[in-house]
Amino acid sequence: MPNGAQAVLDVQGLTTVFKTRGGEVHAVNDVSFDLKAGELLGVVGESGSGKSVTMMSLLGLLPSPPADVRAGTVTFEGQDLLDVSDDDLRRVRGGRIGFVFQDPMTSLNPVFTVGYQIMEPLRTHMGLTKQAARARAQELLELVGIPGAAQRLSDYPHQFSGGMRQRVMIAIALACDPKVLIADEPTTALDVTIQAQIIELMKELRDKLGMAVIWITHDLGVIAGIADRVMVMYGGQVVEQAPVKELFQNPQHPYTRALLTTIPKISEERARRLTIIEGQPPILSAAPTACSFRDRCDVAEPRCAQANPPRYDFGAGHDAACFVAKDAHDAG
Amino acid sequence: MMLDDNSPLVRIRDLQMHFPIYSGLFRRQTGAVKAVDGVSFDIQRGETLGLVGESGCGKSTCGRAVLRLYDITGGTVEIDGVEISQTSQSDLREMRPTMQMVFQDPQASLNPRMTVEAIIREPLDEHTKLSKDEKAAKVAELMDAVGLNRAFAKRYPHAFSGGQRQRIGIARALALNPKFIVCDEPIAALDVSIQAQVVNLLEDLQEQFGLTYLFISHDLSMVRHIANRIAVMYLGKVVELAPRGPLYDVPLHPYTRALLSAVPEPDPSKAQTRQRVVLQGDVPSPAKPPQGCNFCTRCPAVMDVCKRIDPTFQEVEPGRFVACHLYENHASETEKAEAHAKQQGS
Repeated sequence: MPNGAQAVLDVQGLTTVFKTRGGEVHAVNDVSFDLKAGELLGVVGESGSGKSVTMMSLLGLLPSPPADVRAGTVTFEGQDLLDVSDDDLRRVRGGRIGFVFQDPMTSLNPVFTVGYQIMEPLRTHMGLTKQAARARAQELLELVGIPGAAQRLSDYPHQFSGGMRQRVMIAIALACDPKVLIADEPTTALDVTIQAQIIELMKELRDKLGMAVIWITHDLGVIAGIADRVMVMYGGQVVEQAPVKELFQNPQHPYTRALLTTIPKISEERARRLTIIEGQPPILSAAPTACSFRDRCDVAEPRCAQANPPRYDFGAGHDAACFVAKDAHDAG
Repeated sequence: MMLDDNSPLVRIRDLQMHFPIYSGLFRRQTGAVKAVDGVSFDIQRGETLGLVGESGCGKSTCGRAVLRLYDITGGTVEIDGVEISQTSQSDLREMRPTMQMVFQDPQASLNPRMTVEAIIREPLDEHTKLSKDEKAAKVAELMDAVGLNRAFAKRYPHAFSGGQRQRIGIARALALNPKFIVCDEPIAALDVSIQAQVVNLLEDLQEQFGLTYLFISHDLSMVRHIANRIAVMYLGKVVELAPRGPLYDVPLHPYTRALLSAVPEPDPSKAQTRQRVVLQGDVPSPAKPPQGCNFCTRCPAVMDVCKRIDPTFQEVEPGRFVACHLYENHASETEKAEAHAKQQGS
């Protein structure tokens, strides 16, 4: 991992609240992280943990109202993305920062050809002529491994299979040579054999193009195979962050530990019973004043209900937000 | 009729489910989607058979066809000694209590206008002559069995989380004391920490009530955990069927190998050293399957014979079935050796 590398994206204290009829929902609470050049950062969490909302907040993709990005700074190429005008932000989105969404079925427009949709960012962001954009679009389709690229440019999304559509999405995201690519569950809607193809493709593209990638997923298996560093989210907060090997070998936060034992491994003989995490993930109607995992935690102590643990440093780029783990670590 | 207890509870032979394609001005039938095309297997009493495959391979259709939710195109289905492949839907209705289903999407399979109590009671209303009090007692008992709080009986499905909704669906399936339950991707819509809760529940209930499951899933790690034997489907056919251990340790069919190697390993040190077989291309359309073996278009070990002759599904070791020319006599030994080598090298 490029440890001393410059951060291309630096997020500090991001807080996003949704205003609903039933009151406020605090979806993202004081989230801070950075992304180094050429790094692949995995973001893991269950649904509702705030991982997608975090990424959408920093690009201004959430409709407001109901969403309200209350606090924080997002530094990218010397400017604070939360502070720039909509026009400037539009130039960043799809240009310097690409986004791949979860569902390739619904994120492509069914009434335009694939070629048109790849050419769109090229023409708006880079001001290419129609011919130049078409040539570049064909190049991009070849880059993501779609056979017969020249002919397929004039096909519509329904003529592509799920895996091929996700390749098209990746081609669109890569169109303007982004420095950062945010992929939100890019393989969740795909079958395992197709998922393997997309993962291989992303690794290859990252090495070839040298961009930094944020890969959001709920699948720890995918993370293990692809990420350099992992951030675990729970209840709208970052509860643990570490280099990938360190996280899997030496998880500190009780939630990460539980998550790692819940999933059956394909290479292991059957355990008699799966370990489970009792209870449900929380819905936060106010900014957390206590550890949000305490109700499901098997090492919870009274102090966990009194204050929200900060992210303690465990050395070697590893941090976790847990009082109990911190004490255990300090004790030896 | 006397049945000996060693006979399989479910016996499927050459099951076919084709959906016609109509096209043109007169809507003539111009083809068929062969969603399930000649599937055979047995399920023993008290056993869990896992049915795995990628989307579109026909595993859900197979599960529904086994319960005769469709009028099947061909083959025989025998459940608890009764042949039901041609039985009329009205006669089937009387047999429904023995065979039930748990659906994938707990959101879509529960009526939002019915209370939980009414949902779980509905099968009792339809099939039994219990009094109101007896039914209420049974509903409460079922809610206990699946770990739902009795106090929530009057609530509507929207008030429950995904995992709890799946519990409601399971309670409904259990209401009539079935012998056989088809679980169609029961955990696919749930979060990882909730998946384990539902799988443990299914296992507990199996032990408690002596249930037999057909567990349909695309999650190969979870199937390894829950199933005794596993059938792997590809494009409407079962390509390999084997007990859990041997299938995962030494997969025989090239598709099974590729499928298993594509499953991400939640351990970075193993994930980086593991040999992966990344299949090229997509699954062909079941309306136009390739000639010969269905897998020949993507197979890393393809031989000439595979493009001409469809391999038969046969027992190669006791209890292990596979449909592949590598284990048949159509190809010469040298050809097979080369193909094996290709497969290892990929």
